[in-house]
Amino acid sequence: MTDKKFYDDIPGTVVFDSDQATKGYHLNQFCISLRLQANRDAYKADPENYIDQFPMTPEQREAALNQQWNRLLELGGNIYYTSKLGAFHGINFQELAGLMTGMGSTAYREMMISGGRSIEGNRYASEWKDK
Amino acid sequence: MAYVSSGVACSHVPALGVASDTGISGDDYYSPIFQGFEFSKKWIAEEKPDLIFLVYNDHCTAFDATIIPTFALGCAAQYQPADEGWGPRPVPVVKGHPQFSAHIAQSLVLDSFDITIMNHMEVDHGLTVPLTMLFGQPDAWPCPVIPLAVNVVQYPAPLGSRCYALGKSIRKAIDSYSEGLKVCVFGTGGMSHQLQHKRAGLINAEWDERFMNLLVNDPEKGSTIDHEEYLREAGSEGIELVMWYVMRGALNKNVEEIHRFYHVPASNTAVGHLILENR
Repeated sequence: MTDKKFYDDIPGTVVFDSDQATKGYHLNQFCISLRLQANRDAYKADPENYIDQFPMTPEQREAALNQQWNRLLELGGNIYYTSKLGAFHGINFQELAGLMTGMGSTAYREMMISGGRSIEGNRYASEWKDK
Repeated sequence: MAYVSSGVACSHVPALGVASDTGISGDDYYSPIFQGFEFSKKWIAEEKPDLIFLVYNDHCTAFDATIIPTFALGCAAQYQPADEGWGPRPVPVVKGHPQFSAHIAQSLVLDSFDITIMNHMEVDHGLTVPLTMLFGQPDAWPCPVIPLAVNVVQYPAPLGSRCYALGKSIRKAIDSYSEGLKVCVFGTGGMSHQLQHKRAGLINAEWDERFMNLLVNDPEKGSTIDHEEYLREAGSEGIELVMWYVMRGALNKNVEEIHRFYHVPASNTAVGHLILENR
């Protein structure tokens, strides 16, 4: 049971609300653990063994191991947590955005230099129907 | 008695910290941004605040998912720059002012703001990047800092109106502290940006300008901007801008805008910066 939320119709956006935070708790705790060098070393040495300390769902586990950045958000991750997993893989915020938007780093960077993604046509999900 | 002299609004884009730390702040991409803060560096060198009260958010660094305080006041003697996954920033330790913090904590709770007290806290780019933008690369930060961390990561962030009211309560706390310290209040984060999912890269310059105008000239109205507007118009991470209202609430009703700077982009974000002096 999920109530309808006003932000459900903001396109291409996963709002990290209490429902998402509850779903993503162990996933996010896994991600934030990687901000410490000792844990980064342990994850690097044996990813599957390391990640199994965190009782997340099989879908979350798979998305984390396979670096599925949008899926991680949909499954309860938050960008500030998943960015720690990104940092582990040497991927910064802008490169993550290049991946999540499907544009790739170069095109995404160009878009930002040209003033970013316009708000026009990007307010409502209905405006993305044909995308 | 302590008093509030000025306010600074400033984005805290992590890439700006990286640019400063790695010596590329003068390149074609970053120099227009750092030039926008040249005035500010001179201004704050003359303003010489005795203390900075800095409103920022932690980006899942010092606070993991186990504890998510809406408002958390730093009360420690010092705050170490945190490792956010790339190693800690090579910037000075941030010195606090525990006595002043303790006074503010007590004053806020008695004024009905039930804040969380942090006697130990690491600080991330949200706090250290604005210091870098205003002070450059000193061996030590020139004055103590009292941090206030606001949850803007897990929805809902506190309302803009609540942040504005908190700013007013912080002002009362500062005004009632016995030591004659000159305080500058920083509100950080923003401006429009979205870091996540397929709409990442959203920038809304027109909205940002309107936001700054309201903040300066009609904060009563601006503080009522609701969460839907922030999320839809300024992007999912643009909601950080509620923190500028804590700063604004701590200033006088009438302020003088000393400096304004706006630039797109820094990484994924519109950089906004204001210096306001009490009138």
